[in-house]
Amino acid sequence: MDWRRFGFIALIIAILFSVVVLIGKAQISPLIIITSMMATTIAVATPLTLGALSGLYCERAGVVNIGIEGMMLAAAFFGWLAAIYMNTIFLFAPMPSLIVGVIAAILTGGLFALLHAALSVTFKVDQIIGGTVINILAVGITGFLNRQLFFEKGSIFGGNVPHAPGVLPRIDIPILADIPVIGRIFDQQPITWAAILLVFVTHIVLFYTRWGLRTRAVGEHPRAADTVGINVFYMRYANVIIGGMMAGLGGAYFTLESVPSFEPLMTNGRGFIALAAMIFGNWTPFGAWAAALVFGAAQALQINMQFFREAIPPQLAILQISYVVGLTPYILTMLILTGIIGKNIPPAADGQPYEK
Amino acid sequence: MTIVLEAKNITKQFPGVLANDNVDFDLRQGEIHAMLGENGAGKTTLMNIIYGLYRPDAGQVSVDGQPIVIHSPKDSIQHGIGMVHQHFMLIPVFSVAENIMLGDETTRYGALDRKTVAQRVRELSHQYGLDVDPHALVGQLPVGLQQRVEIIKTLYRDAKILILDEPTAVLTPQEAEDLFRIMRELTEKGVSIIFITHKLKEVLAVADRITVMRAGKVVGTVKPKETSEKKLAALMVGREVILKVEKGRAKPGAEVLKVDGLKVHDKRGLESVSGVSFSVRAGEVLGIAGVQGNGQTELVEALTGLTHSPGGQVWFAGSDVTNRMPRTITETGMAHIPEDRLRHGLVLSYAVADNMVLNTYYLPPFGVGGILQPKAIDANARKLVQEFDVRTPSPYVPTSKLSGGNQQKVIVARELSREVKLLIANQPTRGLDVGSIEYIHKEIVAMRDRGLGVLLVSAELDEIMALSDRIAVMYRGQIVTIAEAGKVTREQLGLWMAGAHPEGLSHPHT
Ligand SMILES: Nc1ncnc2c1ncn2[C@@H]1O[C@H](COP(=O)(O)OP(=O)(O)OP(=O)(O)O)[C@@H](O)[C@H]1O
Ligand SMILES: [Mg+2]
Repeated sequence: MDWRRFGFIALIIAILFSVVVLIGKAQISPLIIITSMMATTIAVATPLTLGALSGLYCERAGVVNIGIEGMMLAAAFFGWLAAIYMNTIFLFAPMPSLIVGVIAAILTGGLFALLHAALSVTFKVDQIIGGTVINILAVGITGFLNRQLFFEKGSIFGGNVPHAPGVLPRIDIPILADIPVIGRIFDQQPITWAAILLVFVTHIVLFYTRWGLRTRAVGEHPRAADTVGINVFYMRYANVIIGGMMAGLGGAYFTLESVPSFEPLMTNGRGFIALAAMIFGNWTPFGAWAAALVFGAAQALQINMQFFREAIPPQLAILQISYVVGLTPYILTMLILTGIIGKNIPPAADGQPYEK
Repeated sequence: MTIVLEAKNITKQFPGVLANDNVDFDLRQGEIHAMLGENGAGKTTLMNIIYGLYRPDAGQVSVDGQPIVIHSPKDSIQHGIGMVHQHFMLIPVFSVAENIMLGDETTRYGALDRKTVAQRVRELSHQYGLDVDPHALVGQLPVGLQQRVEIIKTLYRDAKILILDEPTAVLTPQEAEDLFRIMRELTEKGVSIIFITHKLKEVLAVADRITVMRAGKVVGTVKPKETSEKKLAALMVGREVILKVEKGRAKPGAEVLKVDGLKVHDKRGLESVSGVSFSVRAGEVLGIAGVQGNGQTELVEALTGLTHSPGGQVWFAGSDVTNRMPRTITETGMAHIPEDRLRHGLVLSYAVADNMVLNTYYLPPFGVGGILQPKAIDANARKLVQEFDVRTPSPYVPTSKLSGGNQQKVIVARELSREVKLLIANQPTRGLDVGSIEYIHKEIVAMRDRGLGVLLVSAELDEIMALSDRIAVMYRGQIVTIAEAGKVTREQLGLWMAGAHPEGLSHPHT
């Protein structure tokens, strides 16, 4: 990541924030708007950050993973399902149920990743196809089970969706969260905190540990790694599975942290936007996080615009159509991926199966 | 002397090739044991087996008299075996220290201890005279230094047995001399070395013993004192080899290539060719001599359209081809044997047959109406494999499965077989055995005699002297002189290459 990129990212975020401030300042003080935008940005960037970290582990080890979307969707469903089971069938309290849900989501991601690793590392299936298989599989399984379990007569939940045990509670950072107004930024839910923590952890792992050095070696020049006695297959499997677990945690955000319910296709392309963030971040954790925040800001714009709908001046009437605003993240994706800001350099052996 | 490494009855079968056929080999304490053999004879395969990259079908490797089991390089490293591969095994985006520690990292509180490793690298550098900056990025180092990194990598793991697979193929004569000094220093400190090369002079100069392989078998082990270049060549190839190129007088015709004030920048944007002018006539060989890194690479890349030149002009066969597309230039009748076969010459995952039509596949008879013609491509491949003696089980194996020298032959065959007006050959015989060099040299002379122009770039002074009709010497991006081949001596060329001014005046500092 270079400073030009961070500058570009800061600029886009500033523009998105200014739009909302300009429109809403007649009703609410700009400071409050900015604070709330920041808090929302950080929160909604969570699945993108985790998705991007997921891609990072895989691709740094040389395996392209476009199945993150599917992994998140499946994790969102099974995490949620596990929490409901614990809560309604085994009668656990909400909090333990949610924790079991998060663990189930992480395991689901890991399991799907194991499938991806087997396809791409062992069987050397084209990795784009492997990822596509995961995406299709996830849509199919979650859609089918969702219908069978909750909407079919005679199913275990007998045609009615039981109450989910709520969402994960907010955790505020003691002193910081007590600051008036801007303290709101430091009052977030656990998966969001975990995502931020994992950005730092991933940075340290990749660039300061033996594991990271070997992972990057395997993604750059697997034969060279092999000649110094590194087990290329093992490193690739392990990293893809770690990546899958990150995606799993990202999936948990949707049904255990954001809202307490599941809807078919609810990840809505976030897994792909996460990949875009990873690429724009030039395969670095902080870069990916920064890019994820841009998309988060675009979504925060969309959410906040709903409050200020009436205040939108007639010249900007186009912003009243929610679809138009909703398109912002996707337009940004395309803009950012055109490579107007420097060239993105992937790991040299990214996507290439290793033949002994 | 004690035997430190012994390989007995090693056999390795690849699909369609018996690469090692019951091979016996031994290495003594502190010796330099050279290995010679034709391209595809099985040298690299044997070394890969000793190093644990391939599993032999039969046979046993012993270290210090103890049979050892090798499943992967991890095991061989543990037994003190280190290998510098024919194609380097370095990660360009890693630093020298990172490359060296990879697989055997030193950590402190779980974090990589780059400081200690850098310190250890400096110690090793100092101890063996292998100067290199531990913090430099490997991708930005010249090949000579990359090779040092590879050697330090093995010493870092306490290698007592060092395998060097064609280490001099990519080195300048000076760098090679440096390597021999390092090798002697290593053997004095108790390291035993296996040294693979195709250069007979080197073998006679540095080896204690020489083992020759042919078609997967060991055909003999000799001492340098008891043999000669001629005898070695015959033992390798199985017939007499004419080591001297026979050619008559050139009959130069019209100019085919005219270069006027050409400027080129290198990858870092520095001017590496500063306004050179020369011409090549039909029916002559113009050799460009020079220590590697004096602008030859960039010059050739500009001539062939692989890089943009910010100034000057190139005229080829009567038209201005400055900064044209490589395909336009190719179609005008220029053949190019690139310096780096893996980067510019081949698509390694393609079949040999496809690589042989890589720049003509869309033209009849290979492509008609946008459809490839497998019959024509097949016939072409079979003919070239036969003519150029490319050792491959079939024209349809991926080119990556060929030995290094045979990969080079695929390119040479493709380029020499086309109807062209000019051949630009950059290190055309790099990594080839003497038999193949003989054949390619004969072909180049024959092309000249058919009235083609040839621009030959080579770091091998012998090759330049043997083939050229005129010799241009390049130094720091400029052509310092162009001389008639018959009228200069090796020594004189050497001096010019080192920067001496042709008239004997001292060269003005730039
Ligand atoms: N991985 C592989 N798969 C199939 N065939 C192989 C493989 N590696 C080598 N071969 C074949 O084995 C034979 C011996 O190859 P090897 O690389 O050992 O030759 P070499 O003596 O090192 O030649 P050179 O001097 O050209 O490097 C060749 O015919 C080659 O095509
Ligand atoms: Mg070889």
